[in-house]
Amino acid sequence: MQSAFNREELQDRMPLIAPPDASATHASLTADGKLLRLEGRLTIANAAKLEVELGSLLDGFDGPVAIDLSRVERIDTVGAWIVHRLLRDRPGSEVKGGSPTAQKLLTEVAAADRPCAVRPVAEPFLERELVRLGAYMVEFRDTLMAGLSFVGLTIISAWQAFRSGRGVRVNAITVQMEQVGVNAIGIIGLMSFLIGIVLAQQGATQLKQFGAEIFVINLVGRVTFRELGILLTAIMVAGRSASAFAAQIGSMQLAEEVDAMRTIGVDPVEVLVLPRVIALTLMLPLLAFYASILAVIGGGLFTWASLDIPPATYVQRLREVVPMSDVWIGLSKAPVFGAIIAIIGCHQGFQVSGNAESVGIRTTRAVVEAIFIVIVLDAFFAVFYSALGYN
Amino acid sequence: MAEREPIIEVRGLVNRFGKQAVHEGLDLDVYPGEILGVVGGSGAGKSVLMRSIIGLRKPDEGSIRVLGQEVLGADITQDPGITRRWGVLFQGGALFSGLTVAENVQVPMREYFALSDELMDEIAAYKISMVGLPPEAGPKYPSELSGGMRKRAALARALALDPMLLFLDEPTAGLDPIAADGFDKLIRTLADTMQLTVFLITHDLDTLHAICDRVAVIADRKIIASGTVAELTRFEHPWVQEYFAGPRGRAAAVASEPGRGPGVDGPHAPLEVG
Repeated sequence: MQSAFNREELQDRMPLIAPPDASATHASLTADGKLLRLEGRLTIANAAKLEVELGSLLDGFDGPVAIDLSRVERIDTVGAWIVHRLLRDRPGSEVKGGSPTAQKLLTEVAAADRPCAVRPVAEPFLERELVRLGAYMVEFRDTLMAGLSFVGLTIISAWQAFRSGRGVRVNAITVQMEQVGVNAIGIIGLMSFLIGIVLAQQGATQLKQFGAEIFVINLVGRVTFRELGILLTAIMVAGRSASAFAAQIGSMQLAEEVDAMRTIGVDPVEVLVLPRVIALTLMLPLLAFYASILAVIGGGLFTWASLDIPPATYVQRLREVVPMSDVWIGLSKAPVFGAIIAIIGCHQGFQVSGNAESVGIRTTRAVVEAIFIVIVLDAFFAVFYSALGYN
Repeated sequence: MAEREPIIEVRGLVNRFGKQAVHEGLDLDVYPGEILGVVGGSGAGKSVLMRSIIGLRKPDEGSIRVLGQEVLGADITQDPGITRRWGVLFQGGALFSGLTVAENVQVPMREYFALSDELMDEIAAYKISMVGLPPEAGPKYPSELSGGMRKRAALARALALDPMLLFLDEPTAGLDPIAADGFDKLIRTLADTMQLTVFLITHDLDTLHAICDRVAVIADRKIIASGTVAELTRFEHPWVQEYFAGPRGRAAAVASEPGRGPGVDGPHAPLEVG
């Protein structure tokens, strides 16, 4: 699991505080190696220097040593720990002249001397990677099954709402329609308009080589209505709304709001999922149609400005070359995409558990899965409709 | 006591959220070596006060000096001379979830000092042991710990650099009474050994009785009184009376009767009425 602040980043850091000047602390050893005198400030700031100094001073002297602390100005637990370590590793050593504070700290750190591992034990590389691969496969299967059962759950919930005669929550649906549909008009319109221009421009560059610029209109019209308008809208909505659904439901899940609903007897699927699925199923065809129109307008503006094809000719040619079936094929895919995007977003939201990090992971996964499934389904549709003879 | 230089000095603090003032001319002193408990009703601005002192929130007016440094103006959290001398325990622990407990404890050490890895591992180990965690907790991730253990681990991180000043935001909230009692004792012991000054926000009356040298009460957007628990019990203010003389307050007072800790008769500053 990735975190924003990980081990690798931690180990990259240079210390903020430079080693202190030499006068802050000092260690000296008598020639026979029996008496060690520590002076100055035995604190964490000087610990690095002190450790090195002690290492070189005591190198070659293995026996017990008397440690004189009478000239220590200040000592903290790290200083006490370094002294404690000497006492522990050299049985028979003793401390002389320590202040009451030093004595107290020495007792405390000695009591706390219980080594522990810093990191969990890492398995060998091959084993670890195999375990990861296996876990990934299992998770993939589980996600697929859980996704399918969630689709079923949504359908059952819709059926129950319909059968019980209580109907669906119209207000909730309207609010969702505004959020996923109306509020997306600006960005989806702009995107489609620009895509239309790019499509026409790229098409024109290639077709010019054959003197067939007029076919730019076929390209823009057919591709937009049948594929691009709906696909790009679906991708944009997946990015906008699947993530929003996952985050909304995920934070409710964290705050135990979903559990609260269940205990009250309110079905979370009916309250949270149905309105979102219905809203997106209704809005995506509308958005897709709107996006296609704007892409065609973008393409038209380009052909007018760059290829000198007047708008009237452009529209007339569009009507000749784009069969009505293209529009219907395109629009028939939209409700399916809308439903699946909403279901994936909500499903990932319900999968949130534990901590806030999980909301981020699930939100990302909602977007990735929704876009992936949309593209896979689009491929299926393409094969399906061409098998039916619509080319 | 008056001649002592306060380690935290808050003067005329004003904090507003929109039009609503949380603090209006709040004054507070915290003296070296004491454990100051800050109490107040929910929404009285205890956490906002702490966030202002540690530089996470910019107050609208007033002056705050911490460890002799003015907090306002410069971003105090950018000053290594200050941040290495204090430790903060957030309410939820705020352990870094991608690091193990021991690595969490090492974060401040790595940030400030060029210690050898061996020494850092040892320091992390004894800090973990000092806060009463078993050695097995060291290589665990925060998500694998219980709430109480997470608090202890966060305390170990707050103590990593042997700070002079420790901020605790509701350390016993969400702990069972036995764990809370253990945590109180731990803080008292650590404060005595490491000569800490502790700024402690709490709702826990037992904590106040057990470990606080002095208690400051936030109400009506000010510190309305500060003193020992015994002094505050006699203080005439509706909220203070209800707080200390209510059923829970009395129960906590009885529980602390047999001279547990210096809450009742330890070293203290005279009652100040703000």
